[in-house]
Amino acid sequence: MSERVAVRKTYKLFIGGKFPRSESGRSYLVQSANVSLASRKDARDAVVAARAAVKGWSGATAYNRGQILYRVAEMLEGRREQFVALGVPGDEVDAATDRWVWYAGWSDKLPQVYGGANPVAGPYFNLSAPEPTGVVAVVAPEAPALLGLVSVIAPAIVTGNTVVVAASPAAPLAAVTLAEVLATSDLPGGVVNLLTGRIGETVPTLAAHLDVNAIDLAGVTDADLAADLEVRAAENLKRVLRPVPADHDWTADPGVGRMTALLETKTVWHPKGV
Amino acid sequence: MTATTTSARSDLAELGRSETALRTFLHGLPGVDQIGADQRAAQLGTRSIKTTAKAQAIDLAIRMVDLTTLEGADTPGKVRALAAKALRPDPADPSCPHVGAVCVYPAMVPYVAEVLRGSPVHLASVATAFPSGQAPLEIKLADTRAAVAAGADEIDMVINRGAFLAGRYQEVYDEIVATKEACGAAHLKVILETGELVTYDNVRRASWLAMLAGGDFIKTSTGKVPVAATLPVTLVMLEAVRDFRAATGRQVGVKPAGGIKTTKDAIKYLVMVNETVGADWLDPDWFRFGASSLLNDLLMQRTKLTTGTYSGPDYFTLD
Repeated sequence: MSERVAVRKTYKLFIGGKFPRSESGRSYLVQSANVSLASRKDARDAVVAARAAVKGWSGATAYNRGQILYRVAEMLEGRREQFVALGVPGDEVDAATDRWVWYAGWSDKLPQVYGGANPVAGPYFNLSAPEPTGVVAVVAPEAPALLGLVSVIAPAIVTGNTVVVAASPAAPLAAVTLAEVLATSDLPGGVVNLLTGRIGETVPTLAAHLDVNAIDLAGVTDADLAADLEVRAAENLKRVLRPVPADHDWTADPGVGRMTALLETKTVWHPKGV
Repeated sequence: MTATTTSARSDLAELGRSETALRTFLHGLPGVDQIGADQRAAQLGTRSIKTTAKAQAIDLAIRMVDLTTLEGADTPGKVRALAAKALRPDPADPSCPHVGAVCVYPAMVPYVAEVLRGSPVHLASVATAFPSGQAPLEIKLADTRAAVAAGADEIDMVINRGAFLAGRYQEVYDEIVATKEACGAAHLKVILETGELVTYDNVRRASWLAMLAGGDFIKTSTGKVPVAATLPVTLVMLEAVRDFRAATGRQVGVKPAGGIKTTKDAIKYLVMVNETVGADWLDPDWFRFGASSLLNDLLMQRTKLTTGTYSGPDYFTLD
């Protein structure tokens, strides 16, 4: 009997719940694997998928979103060894799993903490409620590959946003593997979309795209590029989160800042009965 | 050549006089190779149209759109807004062309006519008990006359599919002739509802029947049944109008309708028109898209080409 030939894996994009190759057909060699090299059109397709997912995801109950994020943690826990084999330290996988659980808990608490009844001088009930911004483009931090990625995706989607993430070009394998976790976690297709490849190619498209409502520049290290992206984002007044310093400690308590930065407050005035 | 064409013309004109002659002719049309048609359509769909060619295709497609609303919930306000959009699809860009026509129910025609008066945009109305066509002939004709009287200059009629599928070709033929007469000067588009005709052979027969009876356009679908316009069906119809012109010298237009939602789809159709019947049909007078959501996608793609940034649905009106 002949020797078995191993199945070699091509790491693909994650768009609309599916794993397509780049529309351009290109790939690049990184971490000893072939990874899709996303093009501008892939970025556009990802935004279309993310936009289509906004209604269902933001309309789901906070409780349901929390359950799904917790389910992501469950699936991630089960795949711990796979991430370790990709070179992600075991501690980091554990920290990333815990972070999903931490954000899952916030899903139905954030509106209570950041919304509420406002005292007004008139015969009205005045209520404020935080609502998701919409489609968020995210540039993942270069390191830590997994914890950094989870720390930017989870706070964006827990409140009902959908995201298009540009993975770290140097370490995309953990990101694509996380996408495989997300695909098996009951997360609706299109809530998280992942582009691998060059930041300079896809992110300017996302920054200028009029159907993107916010951009998180966490992983942008080039100051000139960051400035250019902010200028592009200004065209339709996107919310912009500035780049995170390289020495940032991602294991520390993340706080609620990343969640609240991607919310809009809706305030309703309702007449009181006489 | 001229002699045979002339005799062919007179032969074709005779066909409508007897059910037997019609049946013999329609069933004598060569059968459609279904696999071949599907493959040909799929192959033409792979052409890559980019940059300036794409810009031209988008502008042409916009000019070919029959901007349609056929809902029970249509109101005078909604159709007025739609008509205004037909005149200026992209208010932010004066270089954007107007669409081909607005297509509404007969009751909404007067409101659209107010807005379109004096403009080059045509006003189409569905008639003849759209979408089923299951009503007595007098009612269908009255429906048509009312739409024309209200200001429609194009009538989209449905054929009697029940009669067609039962093989009563004469009845279908006579209804189209009568409707054409009721249209007067208005153009008549004949909806075959290909989704209900089941086979490509039937599509070819219905196309010929509609053209023989005097239809100015043949249209795929009402948009009210699950299977609407497809590329292969449109290919069969394009071949029919090509052969009909070769046989009679009269040019008939084609209108795929329903299910065409993206610029990519529209460009596939334009490629197919060019490759099947040639540039003579690449004109809003001879080819139209029956669509509602297609226009916004065309406008978004157009904006991408002119500004370089992708636009979003937030920047265009919903209806």
